[in-house]
Amino acid sequence: MAKASRVSFGEAIAKLGEKHPEIVVLEADLGKSTYSYQFGERFPERYFEMGIAEANMIGTGAGLAMTGKIAFICSFAAFVTGRYDIIRMSIAYPNVNVRIIGTHCGVAIGPDGNSQQGLEDMSIMRSLPNMGVIQPGDDMETQQAIEYSLKHKGPLFIRLTRQKLEDINSKNYQFQYGKGVILKDGKDVTLFATGGTVYNTLQAAHRLEKDGIKVRVVNIHTIKPIDDELIIKCARETKRMITVEDHNIIGGLGSAVSEVISEHYPVLLKRIGLKDCFGESGVEKELYKKFGLDTESIEETIRDFMSKDQPVLV
Amino acid sequence: MTYTIDQLKDIAKDVRIDCIKMLTEAGSGHPGGSLSSADLLTALFYTQIHRTKENALSDDRNRFVLSKGHGVPTLYAIFAQLGILTKQDLLTLRKTGSILQGHPDYDRLPEVEASTGSLGQGLSIAQGIAMAGKIDQKDFRVYCMLGDGEMQEGEIWEGLMSAPKYKLDNLCVILDYNKGQIDGSVENVMNIEPLSDKIKAFNWHPITIDGHNYDEILNAYEEARQTKGKPTFIIAHTIKGKGVSFMEGKIEWHGSAPSQEQCDQAIKELSAL
Ligand SMILES: Cc1ncc(C[n+]2csc(CCOP(=O)(O)OP(=O)(O)O)c2C)c(N)n1
Repeated sequence: MAKASRVSFGEAIAKLGEKHPEIVVLEADLGKSTYSYQFGERFPERYFEMGIAEANMIGTGAGLAMTGKIAFICSFAAFVTGRYDIIRMSIAYPNVNVRIIGTHCGVAIGPDGNSQQGLEDMSIMRSLPNMGVIQPGDDMETQQAIEYSLKHKGPLFIRLTRQKLEDINSKNYQFQYGKGVILKDGKDVTLFATGGTVYNTLQAAHRLEKDGIKVRVVNIHTIKPIDDELIIKCARETKRMITVEDHNIIGGLGSAVSEVISEHYPVLLKRIGLKDCFGESGVEKELYKKFGLDTESIEETIRDFMSKDQPVLV
Repeated sequence: MTYTIDQLKDIAKDVRIDCIKMLTEAGSGHPGGSLSSADLLTALFYTQIHRTKENALSDDRNRFVLSKGHGVPTLYAIFAQLGILTKQDLLTLRKTGSILQGHPDYDRLPEVEASTGSLGQGLSIAQGIAMAGKIDQKDFRVYCMLGDGEMQEGEIWEGLMSAPKYKLDNLCVILDYNKGQIDGSVENVMNIEPLSDKIKAFNWHPITIDGHNYDEILNAYEEARQTKGKPTFIIAHTIKGKGVSFMEGKIEWHGSAPSQEQCDQAIKELSAL
């Protein structure tokens, strides 16, 4: 069932709290938006409302993690990753078990505009050594990723959406950290998508089938460490590739895939996302159209891209 | 031009009505903190900042930074009263392509003086503007409005430490102390009291007022102007959602827009004030 990944997180963490007394959750006055409140209602003694003070929340989470807890620190992705140096020094460098929950990612949040839209968060977090970066694409994947995070050693940034996500995975899906998931096979071009853009990408791929363009769609839920092996395999098999993300095209999924292919198997790649610009206010659908993230725009980009020649590599 | 208190009240009434209309048309936004600041900001723009369409970007203008950026409908509504925006503009709030972004956007609309919306940053910016005024020996004054929940941000306290060091008596903070934030009351989420003592201990000149009482508001602004050698911090006790009975003091109205029915009801109540 279509569900926002922030809602899936709230349900998952409240459930996991039962069996895992080591979980603590910290919030910065956005409990009803990040859905951390669901944990707070059941385990008030392990839920810390830190107020509008993200920096303090980050450091406190680190201290808790250093003392045997698994600390989930929650806010909008834009606000929490905005406190970069504190994450760098208190969490990433000491390599502690903090789970940074960043919700309200992308222009998909709509009318609140740029200040609340996480659009550089993956880039910032990906650049930190020790930090894993996850962005689940549907309800089941989110629940499993949160459960996985309890076993993970070291810090994780988990990027969640405000908007509902359609189901993309099959019933017996198993989340595997660091592994991409082929959702649809094809031989002409590979589309890598993540989070809120996966469903639109799949739709666009299905539409092109009619015209004989066979699109492979890969869901990248783990942006770091990225699945090198699968990316190289796709580069070999389909040559062309496109990345789709509700994020700046600098530093996120597009960059991660580019880095792999340029070192191992260079092919022509197109990045769909915000082209080094800030977000803005608007209706979600209109913004997706404006930034080329809706099904129609993705379809058009694929067509256009397929008509371009592969560069001759020397 | 000087304004009587009755005139100011009339303007603030229109400002509140416009806030409700804009938020209803936008379908999202923050009514509670927009309504709580309407009296303070109307009085500020008309009696202290003396903003006009002509001086809106002049070098010598008095400045106002809305640090609690989600309260921006009030600012836009005042701009419309002053002719800086049109009433038509107001209805584009939060729509795709509008200059009226959900939070102040300095690049699109420089009249807002700063891009805010990530809480905690406006005081430092206002301080920088005040410092530049001192360097250039300008007479302009700088005002900055903070939210009470916003007071929890560390950067605010860093700014509170530094402004007195530089004797920024051209800087005046106005705290919209409406007692509510998102997850509950400020007192429960993260208490900021005893506030006046803290402000005083940080070497500011604190003034405590009722932020809906115009005599007290105007006196505080005058006292701030007279205060030399240190910045002033006005603790203005307000009511979140002030003026609309079903919004007053209700946390639920922090960040949700009224329906058309609620809008009609709210306008009816505000018009009768
Ligand atoms: C850094 C940051 N953290 C969180 C938020 C989300 N947020 C928006 S408004 C708000 C509550 C603000 O409360 P307050 O400052 O008291 O404003 P008011 O009650 O006047 O609306 C929060 C937490 C934000 N905008 N910026």
